Amino acid sequence: MQKIVNEFSILVSTVNGSGSATANNAVMKAIYKMGIPISARNIFPSNIQGLPTWYSLRISEKGYLGRVDEFDILINLNKTVLQDDVRKLKKGGLILCAQPLLGEFNEEYHVIEMPVDHILEEAQAPSNLHVYLMNMVYVGFLAALIGIDLTFIEDTLNSHFKNVRKAVEPNMKVVRIAHDLVTQPQIRDSSFTLQKREPINDHIVTDGNKAAALGALFGGLQFSAWYPITPATELAETLNEYNHQLRLDPETGKATCVVIQAEDELAAVGMTIGAGWAGLRSMTSTSGPGLCLMSEYLGLAYQSEVPLVVWDVQRVGPSTGLPTRTSQGDLSFSYFLSHGDTEYVILLPGNVHECFEFGWRALDIAEEMQSPVLVLSDLELGMNNWMTPKFTYPDQPILRGKIIREDEISELIKRNGGSWGRYQDVDGDSIPYRTIPGDSNPQAAYFARGTGHDAFADYSEDPQVWQQEHHRLKRKFKHALEIDPEPVLERDGQSKVGFISYGSTHFGVIEACDLLAQAGQEIDYLRIRSIPFQSQVEKYLEEHEQIYVVEANRDGQMAQILMLNYPQYAGKIKKIACLDGLSLTANKIYACFNGQENSI
Amino acid sequence: MNLEKTNTVGLSRNDYIGEPSTLCKGCGHNSISNMIISACFELNIRPEKIIKFSGIGCSSKSPTYFLKYSFGFNGLHGRMPSMATGALFADTSLKGLGISGDGDTANIGLGQFKHLVRRNVPLVYIVENNGVYGLTKGQFSATADYGLSLKRQGQNVYLPVDIALEALAANATFVARSFAGDPKQVKEIIKAALSHEGTAVIDIISPCVTFNNQENALHSYSWGKGHEDPLHEVEFVPPRDEINIEDFSHGEVREVALHDGSTIVLKKVEKDYDPTNKKEAMRLLTDAVKNKWLITGLIYVDPDAINLLDMYNLGKIPLNRLSNEKIRPPRTELEKINQDLM
Repeated sequence: MQKIVNEFSILVSTVNGSGSATANNAVMKAIYKMGIPISARNIFPSNIQGLPTWYSLRISEKGYLGRVDEFDILINLNKTVLQDDVRKLKKGGLILCAQPLLGEFNEEYHVIEMPVDHILEEAQAPSNLHVYLMNMVYVGFLAALIGIDLTFIEDTLNSHFKNVRKAVEPNMKVVRIAHDLVTQPQIRDSSFTLQKREPINDHIVTDGNKAAALGALFGGLQFSAWYPITPATELAETLNEYNHQLRLDPETGKATCVVIQAEDELAAVGMTIGAGWAGLRSMTSTSGPGLCLMSEYLGLAYQSEVPLVVWDVQRVGPSTGLPTRTSQGDLSFSYFLSHGDTEYVILLPGNVHECFEFGWRALDIAEEMQSPVLVLSDLELGMNNWMTPKFTYPDQPILRGKIIREDEISELIKRNGGSWGRYQDVDGDSIPYRTIPGDSNPQAAYFARGTGHDAFADYSEDPQVWQQEHHRLKRKFKHALEIDPEPVLERDGQSKVGFISYGSTHFGVIEACDLLAQAGQEIDYLRIRSIPFQSQVEKYLEEHEQIYVVEANRDGQMAQILMLNYPQYAGKIKKIACLDGLSLTANKIYACFNGQENSI
Repeated sequence: MNLEKTNTVGLSRNDYIGEPSTLCKGCGHNSISNMIISACFELNIRPEKIIKFSGIGCSSKSPTYFLKYSFGFNGLHGRMPSMATGALFADTSLKGLGISGDGDTANIGLGQFKHLVRRNVPLVYIVENNGVYGLTKGQFSATADYGLSLKRQGQNVYLPVDIALEALAANATFVARSFAGDPKQVKEIIKAALSHEGTAVIDIISPCVTFNNQENALHSYSWGKGHEDPLHEVEFVPPRDEINIEDFSHGEVREVALHDGSTIVLKKVEKDYDPTNKKEAMRLLTDAVKNKWLITGLIYVDPDAINLLDMYNLGKIPLNRLSNEKIRPPRTELEKINQDLM
């Protein structure tokens, strides 16, 4: 039998709330520890217990981390979805299931039945833990069949259960018994097998929400208000988890960062803006519905020049939509957020490593710009475990922008001819100086507001004053081009055809580039990491005859924004836009590019 | 008044004023602004130790009419509480002073108001309550009395929201009610509120001379003058001052010691009222609603309740003055995390 080594995919279907995450993660981490690149996805329902949930693993020595929609191995612990799941299995694939299939699929597939009850009995598992421990049966079977090193499974369980033997042992016992049952050579001889490689020492495994929270904590975050919402909740929970470890002043033992759960997103953003205005590096995290509620306050922050970061982990909207599925559908909304003329810096992290980096960088940009910064992550990045390069310590000191205090204010007033205004363009760069509450200099105070105001922060309805202030804001916004993350030319084959993409869609696009190249179509690829667009974007549009903008939304929102910004190139821009709640696969992008499938 | 007179921090009353008011002549809000100025001057508070907040509406415009040397932030309609909550974490030595209206608090902002109170944010929260929307020219607010007639609205068919009752139900630690036509009481209550370490809710009936000042309306001057029923005479005594009992010799007095060492002296009017008894406060307010009494004075206080900022292990150095070194963890911490996630 021909062996497929280190290049196959697995789909596990279980019942939501049955504790399968422990088993799933153990498998993923163990394979990763064997030095084999792997990516994992949870496809889960909006439910606490009972509905079907899936976990997919893609093992790829070639390093592809994008989603696939056809699998080699199916592990079924939830019979209600078996029929549907089998359709996702490649012909000749392997089925591991907990119940007899009565020969239904035996002809087309390699079916192995796991005697779950028998194994749990043999392991003397307490009956109240059966529902959890049954997941470990599949771990043992799979380990034996594809060759996962059990010591790595045990390592992973040890770190999951914080080395509590009482918790690890019953799980390992089930794993071992199941593993040892797979002794018949014809079963053992599965087509799919793992071969150990050198350990991947320069990577870690974690999710984008955790990365964002850690990035922010290393970025000097001082205040975060939040409200629970899938798929952003874990970001705030990670702040809470690490705040104590990372952000107590070692000398005084006092907190240097405050995390507070608000009563809703209206209040979460209000608190964050209050804190940002008062001189704290502030962030709130949310998803689409929350961002909708925040939009009025963000207009005020733009207008009164308050720095803050809004981290949006996108899910499928509008409305409640598909709350546990991924999308890139908040881009247009973020771009046009709030009424009146506004502009926001938008950062688009494309992997978990960048979630960490943008976590600290966004706080710097917000303070340098004195303006809200929106970061658009998504469920795909935020809630899945990814292998990603190790987090890199910030390579520059914390940037606080033009904050002045006490004596600096007096000096500025002297230098500026005896007066100073909060919104005055003293340096001719359109960025004013900012004072913060608590300053003992009586000249420091000003009254911030969303209403029209002049350079001295005084109320004004004067038409000229309004125009002057808003034109200054427009000029100020251009500074973002200097400090925002630049686009990355991911692939440059000097082709006349190019992809543009961003965020988690990157993983499908980079693989699609290879598929197309293998089929004889060389294609370039630019990954956008921020808005406003830097000059490289225009240059790329200019230099390519056809540009396909690939994204996970229905209407091609990035394509639309590019057309709006560069109408002269609009005719060259084509959309590969697709939204079904799952990330775009390379196959899908390939098919859309070739016109075999319509994306929209 | 002698404008040259200075207080113990060397400031004159003039140092506490703001821009000229753009509200209507005779508006109750202007009288309240004046009493805020007097209270801060007399309490020797440095203006930079106060942060002003407001929402949207006539009342919310007023923070520019006092304390021009204090920072201030005019937020969104009904959402000043959240903004104040975030800002007050920046420097715990600062006192928040929020001005809201009845629409801002009892209509659009009822949720944020109750959560502010529930968290006991150290903020003096004044509701300039006139039962009507002014800037949009005369619509009913949620505190408008049942049956009130307004020119273009007809009759109010809804029962009113009682701000003091709402505050108590949300576990407020300081609830007072006053009447803009009684500036002396307003001032003493504001002083007491500024010394309270949690949220101090002051519901001040402040007639709208343009849209809601009919003789029979609850929020009018004539009604207030005729029906005000003070629980007591309020006198605030700062920490370092001796209580001069001579001033109160005509009646029995009750003293409430606040956490900062100051004392509120309450002089009995008709009968002795204990503002530390929450049950009694609830009963009083419920009866007042039933009988259409305009009860004024200190309705409830819990001087020892801990406030929001006390719960967060904050240091002496304000958060907004921590150096960059204090807020970025060292490289070794990231190495440890990377190691754990391998």
